[in-house]
Amino acid sequence: MAAIEKVKVVVLGDSGVGKTSLTYLIAHNKPLLSPGWTVGCSVEVKLHRYKEGTQAQNTFFVELWDVGGSNNHRNTRNVFYQPTHGIILVHDLTNRKSQINLQKWLSEILNQDSTNPNYQHVDVDPEQFLGSTQIPILVIGTKYDLAEEKQRKNQYRRLASSIAEQCGADEIFVNCYQARSLAPGTTNSVKLTRFFDKVIERRYYSRAGSFADKRRPAPHALASPAAGARPPQYLSPRFYHMD
Amino acid sequence: MSFLEDTLIILISQTIFFVGGWIFFVKQLFRDYEVHHTLVQLIFSVTFALSCTMFELIIFEIIGYLESSSRYFHWNMGLYFLLFMVIALIPFYIAYFCISNVRFVSKNMIRPLTLFVWFIYLYFFWKIGDPFPILSPKQGIFSIEQGVSRIGVIGVTVMALLSGFGAVNYPYTSMAIFIRPVTQSDVLSIEKKLLQTMDMILVKKKRIALAENNSLGRNQYMLDQSNVKNKGFWTNILSSVGSIANPLGQGSENINQLRQEISSLEELSRQLFLEAHDARTMREKIEWSRTFQGKYFNFLGYFFSLYCIWKIFISTINIVFDRVGKKDPVTRGLELAVLRLGVDIDVGFWSQHVSFLLVGCIVLTSIRGLLLTLTKFFYKISSSKSSNIIVLILAQIMGMYFCSSVLLMRMNMPPEYRIIITQVLGDLQFNFYHRWFDVIFLVSALTSIFTLYLAHKQPSVN
Repeated sequence: MAAIEKVKVVVLGDSGVGKTSLTYLIAHNKPLLSPGWTVGCSVEVKLHRYKEGTQAQNTFFVELWDVGGSNNHRNTRNVFYQPTHGIILVHDLTNRKSQINLQKWLSEILNQDSTNPNYQHVDVDPEQFLGSTQIPILVIGTKYDLAEEKQRKNQYRRLASSIAEQCGADEIFVNCYQARSLAPGTTNSVKLTRFFDKVIERRYYSRAGSFADKRRPAPHALASPAAGARPPQYLSPRFYHMD
Repeated sequence: MSFLEDTLIILISQTIFFVGGWIFFVKQLFRDYEVHHTLVQLIFSVTFALSCTMFELIIFEIIGYLESSSRYFHWNMGLYFLLFMVIALIPFYIAYFCISNVRFVSKNMIRPLTLFVWFIYLYFFWKIGDPFPILSPKQGIFSIEQGVSRIGVIGVTVMALLSGFGAVNYPYTSMAIFIRPVTQSDVLSIEKKLLQTMDMILVKKKRIALAENNSLGRNQYMLDQSNVKNKGFWTNILSSVGSIANPLGQGSENINQLRQEISSLEELSRQLFLEAHDARTMREKIEWSRTFQGKYFNFLGYFFSLYCIWKIFISTINIVFDRVGKKDPVTRGLELAVLRLGVDIDVGFWSQHVSFLLVGCIVLTSIRGLLLTLTKFFYKISSSKSSNIIVLILAQIMGMYFCSSVLLMRMNMPPEYRIIITQVLGDLQFNFYHRWFDVIFLVSALTSIFTLYLAHKQPSVN
């Protein structure tokens, strides 16, 4: 019997960039055919195998909280932000403004303690903030197929975003209509797995402080790979919800 | 020579307005989007520039700035262009963008389809003029009067709807007695319920994920087992059929039922979120009303609500007793001042300056009010797909609004300044427009009062 722990990853981005399609694709490996407008927050869960293939293999739940991006609901959104173990920033590759706005999103989630209702974005130095909080960040650019089309039509645009460089985060480009964007074995999927591993490690394996050496096995592995009569992937649902 | 000078002045001011409209577009409206079609930006700025020119010419008329012949010429030209944009160009592009957004239309079909829709629109636009007594029938087809009369009807309707709603909404939002008392603990309890609902959704989704994962693992395990023990062919088939028929096995999770529960919980979470949002907004408003600015607006709100009640009353009287005001408020006010208060002033001299101030105020506040309303409206309903269409619709509304403001403004000016409007717009039945404005204003105000009353007493979600 394994007790499955969970981590919470918040998916942020402007309205209309494709966060709901993206979270569905990550969780179910199928594209979402007709997403509606996200009011409030929609959640998906993914069973993630931490450090698959190594001795410290373990299974975790990754909760993806896809927060609706419309400007109206800014004052109520922050109820979803606590606690956060990882951030995925989503921008639209055909819309440069959505990438520039990622800075605002980052400062919105990192400045939780402001009680001013008319709080506007403050120029936050991401490196400085991330140095203190160390929440892992991943940047994802959507609508890759449309952006490529534009590149072919001779409009020069640099796809990579500046915020990924600033935060030292990985960046991947996906087309949310195609399941093979995140198929296992692709670079995208490797980066995504690495991000989830980092989130889980930050949450559960570095509580003793200092840097967790990746080559050492984890200090407290919660379950050993099952052997014997039980099939290796069987997990009892009774203990899945722990915090 | 002076005609050229005047033209130069007008052109310079038009350029300034054009730049102003461009900047407004880039900084305010399209703040969150990337501009893919510069044409949309161009159309918006040109419409804005033309509309502002018309107002500018009225003000020049009052203060007697330029030659009257050049004013007349520019009026005509500006009005022609504005009408062309509002009747012909903008609807064409609205149809074009709408049709290109529809997925199943191929590239070649877009242009002919747009032309087709455009012709239908023009036909209906012409037909609008029939039920209204707006024209004497001796005008040609492409004259300004034909165009302005129809635009006037639509524009006056839009104006009256917006004024009616605004007149009722402003006191409602700014006055303190309408603010529902919401305490901090109310807000926190709603948020707690929301988070609990999210937790329940998560629990169910995890169960589904585990069940799916188990069934995958079970199938794999069964197949592995049977391969290892080398069972017979038929035993293999039967065991895998058995596992398909009973895929859930020990977990006995009913996935369909879970999915139904999840969708109803998600609906509940959306409603709770909206309720939390309302509660938070109400709290912010309460906080704001305690500040100095809030108190000032509250005070103004009382005056404004009195004005709105008076306006509703006067509209009713106008309709019931079938009268249209002949005198503009400036001359009437000055005459009152002379007669009742015995103030010794030269009515002719002062009426010019006062009406200039009055018209100037009306122009500025209506431009500002319209731009703010458009911006708010745009933020609420736009998305990256429809932003172009919405900007064009807003440009259309702006053009029609300003065009009919000019019509209605005639009422606010002393008779000597009404000449140019009457000259340019010819033989329109202006009284009809005032009456129409009153009717629609009344209808809109009463409907808004009714709607706000219902919305105010909303039931809470359990």
